[in-house]
Amino acid sequence: MAGSIKIRASLSGDMAEVKCLITHPMEPGNRKDKTTGADIAPKFITEISADVGGKTVIAGNMSAAVSKNPYLSFKAPAKAGDKVVVKWTDTTGESDSAEAAIA
Amino acid sequence: MQSNRRVFLKGSLAASAVGIAVGAGLLTPRAVFAAWPEAAFKAKSVADALTAVMGSGAITESADVSVKAPDIAENGAVVPVTVEGKAAAEAVAILVEGNEMPLVCNYALTGAAAYLSTRIKMGKTSNVIGVMKTGGKLLAAKKEVKVTIGGCGG
Repeated sequence: MAGSIKIRASLSGDMAEVKCLITHPMEPGNRKDKTTGADIAPKFITEISADVGGKTVIAGNMSAAVSKNPYLSFKAPAKAGDKVVVKWTDTTGESDSAEAAIA
Repeated sequence: MQSNRRVFLKGSLAASAVGIAVGAGLLTPRAVFAAWPEAAFKAKSVADALTAVMGSGAITESADVSVKAPDIAENGAVVPVTVEGKAAAEAVAILVEGNEMPLVCNYALTGAAAYLSTRIKMGKTSNVIGVMKTGGKLLAAKKEVKVTIGGCGG
């Protein structure tokens, strides 16, 4: 799932607001395919973390109750040019990471 | 004939062994994520979920924490929620009282400000609870969101 994360990071004063949008189905595993009646296998992001300027500032867990194509926004102290790295891992072991510079 | 029967038996034995391995394999995706607090996310009550993830189920409603969410969510599959705390926090969690499994997400804040904005699914009209762990205490705020179309299952 390369390229699944979009990051926007903007600086106001010494706080950066980082917004991430991840393309992911967040399938809880309790739904059935409407045409075939087959169970849809669970596939949702369980772990996500973000580093700002080389230090992990937020790390946590999601359940399937986070909407499809998860959006996450947080604020952290930073300075212009700092690098933001966002990583996720899902229930099937798939993962992706992306980075952006704070403008 | 005899030898064919032997071959057939061996073959079916091998197939069943593979079947068992696949059955066990199906369980591993959960086991692999040891860090994912399954008990917390499977908990059926807000207190149980918080005990599993924050160490205590006792929340204090506080004006220092605010939860921003719409009054009415037309689509329960996408409900924008923002939790904000006045004091620095160590951890933040979002729960939905009316969901089958209330815990939606929890994050450890190791430098990030007491602020989190995300989008969640809600099965029916209920309270959204934002919890901030500040100085070992769980401060919380609730906001009722009316859901016209549920976003869980379907």
